[in-house]
Amino acid sequence: MTDNIKFVQGNEACVEGALYAGIDFYAGYPITPSTEVAELLSKRLPEKGGKFIQMEDEIASMCAIIGASLTGHKVMTATSGPGFSLKQEALGYACMAEIPCVIVNVQRGGPSTGNPTHVSQGDINQARWGTHGDHAIIALTASNHQDVFEVTVDAFNLAETYRTPVILLFDEVVGHMREKLVIPEKGEIPLVDRLRTSVRKGVDYHPYLPREDGRLPMSDFGGEHRYNVTGLFHDMWGFPSNNHQVVRELLHHLVDKIENNVHSITRYKEHYLEGAEYILISYGSSARSAIHMAKNRRERGEKVGVLELQSIWPFPEAMVREKCAGAKAVIVVEMNMGQVMKEVKACVDDSSKVFLANRIDNKLITPTNIKTLLRMIQGRGV
Amino acid sequence: MAIKDYIRQRYFPQMWCPGCGHGIILNALLRAVDEMGLDKNNIVMTSGIGCSARISGYVDFHSLHTLHGRALAFATGVKLSKPELTLLVPMGDGDALAIGGNHFIHAARRNIDMTAIVMNNRIYGMTGGQYSPLSGPGKKATTAPYTTIDNDFDVVKLSIAAGASFVARSTAYHVLECIDILKKAIEHKGFSVVEILSQCPTHYGRKNKEGDASQMLEFQKNTTAKLGSKALEQDPTLIPRGVFVDIDAPEYCQEYDRIVERAMKGSQNQIHKFDKTLRDEANQTCPKP
Amino acid sequence: MARLKLKEHVINRDWCKGCGICVHFCPKKVLELDSQEKVVAVRPEDCICCKLCELRCPDLAIEVVTTQTNQAAETDQAAQDE
Repeated sequence: MTDNIKFVQGNEACVEGALYAGIDFYAGYPITPSTEVAELLSKRLPEKGGKFIQMEDEIASMCAIIGASLTGHKVMTATSGPGFSLKQEALGYACMAEIPCVIVNVQRGGPSTGNPTHVSQGDINQARWGTHGDHAIIALTASNHQDVFEVTVDAFNLAETYRTPVILLFDEVVGHMREKLVIPEKGEIPLVDRLRTSVRKGVDYHPYLPREDGRLPMSDFGGEHRYNVTGLFHDMWGFPSNNHQVVRELLHHLVDKIENNVHSITRYKEHYLEGAEYILISYGSSARSAIHMAKNRRERGEKVGVLELQSIWPFPEAMVREKCAGAKAVIVVEMNMGQVMKEVKACVDDSSKVFLANRIDNKLITPTNIKTLLRMIQGRGV
Repeated sequence: MAIKDYIRQRYFPQMWCPGCGHGIILNALLRAVDEMGLDKNNIVMTSGIGCSARISGYVDFHSLHTLHGRALAFATGVKLSKPELTLLVPMGDGDALAIGGNHFIHAARRNIDMTAIVMNNRIYGMTGGQYSPLSGPGKKATTAPYTTIDNDFDVVKLSIAAGASFVARSTAYHVLECIDILKKAIEHKGFSVVEILSQCPTHYGRKNKEGDASQMLEFQKNTTAKLGSKALEQDPTLIPRGVFVDIDAPEYCQEYDRIVERAMKGSQNQIHKFDKTLRDEANQTCPKP
Repeated sequence: MARLKLKEHVINRDWCKGCGICVHFCPKKVLELDSQEKVVAVRPEDCICCKLCELRCPDLAIEVVTTQTNQAAETDQAAQDE
C-alpha cells in the first residue's frame, strides 16, 4: 500500500498536516489563494466527525475558531492578505486570552486586493505586528510540501504548548504548486495534546495563573470549571482588571512565554552552508530559487549556501548571527521590499554586508535574479 | 437555587450606572435560568463589547467576553463544536446591529441554536452617549448635537426577515413577561432573538430629557403594548411586545450532524470500494492455481 | 390563590445604588431611600409580597423573603400594569 504518498498542492499538504495534528474544527471564508484549504477540509473534517463551517466573513471565521478552541478542540482557519487584515482583531484577542489556534496565510500580492492569483511574501511584518499592542507571535513557513506538512503539525503543537495563535505564512507558489508528499505514519511526528488542568471540581481554578514553566493548563467550556475569558487585561480568574501590576505582569507573560523560548521554537534548514562565503537567507517559495542557485554555484566550486528560515517569528536572531558570522556577504532572498532583510541587518555583526535580492512584481524570483546580485556584490559584473 | 447562586458575587456591586436597565435584564435572565433548572456547567454566555457585554463577567456560567459585535461569531464556534451547550448571547444595540450586524443576520439565517438578547438602550453608553442604529431619527446624542437623521432598525422585523425561528420583544419594565419570554427563547431549538428595551438614564435619558430610570421605565410601559391587545389595536404607534415568531425549523448543528453521518458513511464506502478494487486486482494478477 | 406572607426585606446596602426604581414602582409605598440614598423598607406591614422590587432591581440588592417558597406564578399579576 502506498496511499501515504500523494501528489498534491501545498494547500493540500497543509490540510494533511492539520489532519495529522488532530484538527477538529475549521471555520473560513473563501479567498484566493487559500481556498483549497477550506474546500478540502469541508470534505475531510466531517468524515472524521469534525466540524467545518463557512462563516459570513473573515472576522467571523477567526472568532469561530477561538470559540471552538475553548470547548477543547484543535482549530484552524486559512486566508490570504485581505482576509488576514480582517482577522487581526480576533488574532489579538487570541493572543490576549491565550487561545490555541492556527491561522494559515497563503500570501498573495498586496497591499489591498493586490494580486490574488500571484505570489508575494509581503505579509511578514503584518504577521508580526498586524494586531495592535505589544505582543509576541509565532509564525512558521515552508518551501516544499513535505515541510508544509511538518510545519503545519508543528504549528498545532506550538499553539497547544504556548497557548497562542500560530501563523503559517505560506505563499501562492507553495500553496498552488503540486509536488510529492509522503504522509508519515501515525506517531512518527509527536503531537502535543492540550494541557488540561488537574484541579478538581469544587477547587478554585485559576485559568490565567501560569505554572512555573509558564504554561497554563486549560479547562474546556462545558466542563466543571466555569471561568471568564476576555480580551481585556485580566487577573488570574480571567476577570477584567486595570490594576497596574496585573497589567504589567500579564503583558510580560504574553511576550516572555514566546520570546524566551525562541530556541525551542526556531526551525531552519541549511543547504550547502558548510564554509559558505556567501549566505543566502530565504524562506517559502523564494528559498527554492535560492537553493537551486546555491546548488549550481557549489557545483562550480563557489562557496554559496542557503540558510532557509522555517520560523520567522520570533525572529531567530542568535541563530542567524551565528550562522552568518564568517560570511563575506549575506543576501536575503525574498519577495517583498526587505522585511526579513531588516531583521537580518539588525542582528548580524556587520549590517553593511547584508544585501537584498528581491522581486516585488508578483513573479517568483529566479536563480538568475539572485545570481545577478551575487555577481554585483562580488564585483564580477553581471 | 437562589438567584445569588448564579452570579459571581465577588464582582458585585456591578459596574453599571444607577438605574441601568441592563441590571434588570440580568436579573430577569438569572430567574429564567433558575426557573428552567439549567445546569450552570452547560451554559456558555458570550458577549461583545460595551455596557451590555459586561453582563458575562457577573454570571457564574462559562463566560466569553469577546470583541465588539462579534459575540455571535464566537458563540457559533462554541456551539457548533459542542452542540450540547446552551448558548446565551446578550448584546447591546450597537454591538448587535451596527458593528455586529452581519454576524447577527447570518446567525439568524443559519438558525443555529442560541439565544441572542438585544439589550436595546438606543445609545452607545460605554463611550459616553453616541447615537446607535436603534436610536431612531430626531434623537440627541453626543454625536448628534443637532438630532439624529438616521432611521433605526426594527429588530423584530429584521430578525424575522433574516430567518430567526423565535423572535420576541419585551422591556425591562415588563420583567415578568421578560422572564417568561426568555424561558421560551432558551427552550426554543433554533436561533432565538429577544429584544429587550432597556433604559440608559445616564446618557440617553439625560440627552433626550426622558427623566430618571423610573420615568424611563414608565415610558416603556406607556409606549408599548402586548401583541393582540386592544391598546395596540387602538394605537398602532405603540411598540408591540410579545412573541412574534416561534416556528420549528431545521437547526444548524443538527443538520451538520447529518452531514457528518453522510460523510462518515461515504468515507466508509470509499474504503470498501478501494478494498474491493485491490481484491479484484489481486485476483486478476494472481490467478488461483 | 394563597398570598405569600412577608418575613423580611433583605437589602444589600453595599450593592444598592439608590436608583429608586423599587421605591417608584412599589404599589404600596413600602420602600424609601434613606439619607445615604440606600433603600429601606419603612412600611413593611403594607407589603403585599408582589416582589416587583426584587425583580426590577438592577443591582440584585433586594430580596423579599416570604414564609412560603418563592413561587413566581403566585406573584400578584395585577401589580404589574400592562
